[in-house]
Amino acid sequence: MDWAIISSSMPLLAVGLLATIKICSLAILFGTLLGFVLGLGSVSQYRPIRWAILGYVDFIRGTPLLIQIFLVYFALPVIGINLNEYWAGVLALSLNAGGFICEIVRGGINSIEKGQTEAARSIGMRPSQILVYILFPQSLRAILAPITNELITLIKGSALLSVISVYELTRAGQAIIAVHFVPFEIFLLIALYYYVLITCLAWLSRYAERKLPTW
Amino acid sequence: MTNLLQIENLHKQYAGRTVLSDVSLSVKTNETLVLIGPSGSGKTTLLRCVNYLETPNSGIITLDGERLGASSTGQRLPENMLAAQRQRIGFVFQRFNLFAHLSAIENVAIGPQKVLGLTRQEAHARAAHELERVHLGTHMDKRPNQLSGGQQQRVAIARALAMRPKILLFDEPTSALDPELVQEVLEVMQALSVEGMTMMVVTHEMQFARDVAHRVIFMDAGAIVEQGSPKDLFINPQHERTKQFLIHLKG
Repeated sequence: MDWAIISSSMPLLAVGLLATIKICSLAILFGTLLGFVLGLGSVSQYRPIRWAILGYVDFIRGTPLLIQIFLVYFALPVIGINLNEYWAGVLALSLNAGGFICEIVRGGINSIEKGQTEAARSIGMRPSQILVYILFPQSLRAILAPITNELITLIKGSALLSVISVYELTRAGQAIIAVHFVPFEIFLLIALYYYVLITCLAWLSRYAERKLPTW
Repeated sequence: MTNLLQIENLHKQYAGRTVLSDVSLSVKTNETLVLIGPSGSGKTTLLRCVNYLETPNSGIITLDGERLGASSTGQRLPENMLAAQRQRIGFVFQRFNLFAHLSAIENVAIGPQKVLGLTRQEAHARAAHELERVHLGTHMDKRPNQLSGGQQQRVAIARALAMRPKILLFDEPTSALDPELVQEVLEVMQALSVEGMTMMVVTHEMQFARDVAHRVIFMDAGAIVEQGSPKDLFINPQHERTKQFLIHLKG
């Protein structure tokens, strides 16, 4: 163990961690939003909407995140959309998480017993109202844990952004290793940083779950 | 008295099996019509067709002269138009189907507020009034899982009433209840009948049919076998199948 390197690396890695937190916060925000919108859309009565969402989810689940990151970073410029590596990273992570969260939301909504939907129809509620006022609120508690899982996967996946040279936690560590060649110490430190970050998220989720009402 | 609800030549099939065959009937304003018959005779399906929770294969249903569920050419209406029609038809389910995340008063108020466009205050005032009417004034803030089956069913009745429907449909409203809770629900229904609510009730409670119904219809195998006043039908049934059914009930 090279303690001198470790202690001098900690602030450098903290800069990377901060970038990871920023990117992940944005991706969590956009990805969750996208996932909820797609999830609500996936139970729409309009078949073209359902099919389009199904196709999207299929693509996201059927291809590796690394490839999706490359696609966003290298393929979007071809159609005239130029994003720097930072925003390309945020976008790729958001699109990926959105697809998975869509499925979680859809499953949560479908798990509410059909009788309540019939009762809501019988008092004249429209399908969109039933979704918003009856089904969605009741599915929240059940989908919180699986969504947290997905967000943890997102944070871990953000390490892959190092391949398009986003200066986040993993990339920051790799830079130190390239100079000092102390892979064991640095990767251990990186692991610790991720662990703390993810534990904080998991703790937050448990707290929210306790706050949500049961019925 | 005029015909409020008119059903003509209703057919319904599931996967090739006929559930309703050529059913025609009418319900007059202020009338309490009770449907009886063995399980699988199509009573529930008939009720569900009236507010298009089930789509009939053919036939015409009209409420107050307006055709329900389908256009004049027989095309099923889009869901949002069906929703508008269902506001005027109350439905009480066998398994109550209360909204589990809402308190009793919110269960009743949500329809008037979101569908009829009342303000939150108006909707809650109306809901409170309807809950008083079904003797639940002291349970308004409880959630469904804090209420007994009988109380839940009375909330469900209040929820339907709060929409001020023209007709109220009951689908075996006491079948899922513990025996000691049946009476409190039947009493509420009887009071509604006396007040002049137009009601169509599917039930196995023969005492209720005898005491409350203005007219009783006996159904078997997807068709109406006979109908008449409770007196005629229970004391002097004309058809063999009706006699058999009534004998079996007495055990």
